[in-house]
Amino acid sequence: MRHLMNPLDFSVEELDSLFDLANDIEKNPAKYAHACEGKKLATCFYEPSTRTRLSFESAMLSLGGQILGFSDAASSSASKGESVSDTIRVISCFADICAMRHPKEGAPMVAASKSMIPVINAGDGGHQHPTQTLTDLLTIRSLKGRLGHFTIGLCGDLKFGRTVHSLINALVRYPDIHFLFISPPELRVPDYITDMLHEKNISYEEVIRLEDCISRLDLLYMTRVQRERFFNEEDYVRLKDFYILNKAKMELAKDDMLILHPLPRVNEISVEVDDDPRAVYFKQVQYGVYVRMALILTLLNINV
Amino acid sequence: MLNVGKIEEGFVLDHIEAGKSLSIYHHLQLDKLDCTVAIIKNARSNKMGKKDILKVECDINTLDLDVLAFIDHNITVNVIKDGEIVAKKELVLPKEIKNVIKCKNPRCITSIEQELPHIFVLADEEKEIYRCKYCEEKYDERLD
Repeated sequence: MRHLMNPLDFSVEELDSLFDLANDIEKNPAKYAHACEGKKLATCFYEPSTRTRLSFESAMLSLGGQILGFSDAASSSASKGESVSDTIRVISCFADICAMRHPKEGAPMVAASKSMIPVINAGDGGHQHPTQTLTDLLTIRSLKGRLGHFTIGLCGDLKFGRTVHSLINALVRYPDIHFLFISPPELRVPDYITDMLHEKNISYEEVIRLEDCISRLDLLYMTRVQRERFFNEEDYVRLKDFYILNKAKMELAKDDMLILHPLPRVNEISVEVDDDPRAVYFKQVQYGVYVRMALILTLLNINV
Repeated sequence: MLNVGKIEEGFVLDHIEAGKSLSIYHHLQLDKLDCTVAIIKNARSNKMGKKDILKVECDINTLDLDVLAFIDHNITVNVIKDGEIVAKKELVLPKEIKNVIKCKNPRCITSIEQELPHIFVLADEEKEIYRCKYCEEKYDERLD
């Protein structure tokens, strides 16, 4: 039995198969509409994350399966003091597969070690959020036609942004990628990431202003500056508007540069950019459903 | 000067930093073994000034001493058989350390999950970096 804790749990070849399956689902949704009939997905969300939970639920429903679960710790037995280990043993009797979101880092791993059903980490604190990374990779592969041989800019909060760190770790396994880290000095990418890039001999630059480098990018991955990451309001207000993507900046960009964003957006991408064909962040949400469908099928060993 | 007699079979852990022997006694779980243990504290040492020594009379195959490499590289491990030193054991950093150190990350599941063992995995042998198995937080302090 297999679980998904970390995007690197799957080899590059296994990811290729997963993405091929996701692309086939995209082209032939009807073929997969009954693939999970009689199967149940438990969404165990110990903290609210409507978007991720609905994406998992939409994925299972699109496969003809059923869903059950809880959407915050208060409505689970955790409020009575039940351990994650006990909860997953109980959930194993109710469902065939489980997606778990937990504020404590490593909780899904503890669940997986006691579980009788596959467990998917749907986000554990500031640690991992593997299905977001799989979504990002599938979006790039589907819309760019390749993973590798491009220059990618990552912009915004690169210090605390878990999705950014995961994406970098996943992309370094592909050839000929040049990274441009665009952030205020206060929110620059952590040293352990740049150390890792040095070790692997992968090229990167750190840039302060988005305008200075946007013309060189094949992909731009925007992130929001999260209020909860700051100790005081003053710092947050000062930094949050630092990097706003608008029409004027988009005029400097290549015609085929794609804009990705893990969402939710606050104001780092002006709504006037939404109609630009290069803005693919809402398509990215749709790819999130396809990749979760492919993942559920893969972990349940269902071949269609 | 206090004299502690020879042991027939077992280990003599020498050059322990003065005051650390009881902590090592617990980390090696010697309290759970039915064997004779001599704890010598503050012995005189030319090299260290003061040092602790542990003498453990036991079957030399029963004790896993790898954790000592994590606790203190400078500890010398003499292997005793028939009352004589037959080898000096090379200490190798263990791949995994269980319930020796605790994860200090307040966001880690180990902070709330009942009876969950604290496990650290050797992430970088060269730099001697251990990371929590669950949250991957780096442990960068030696034992108190």
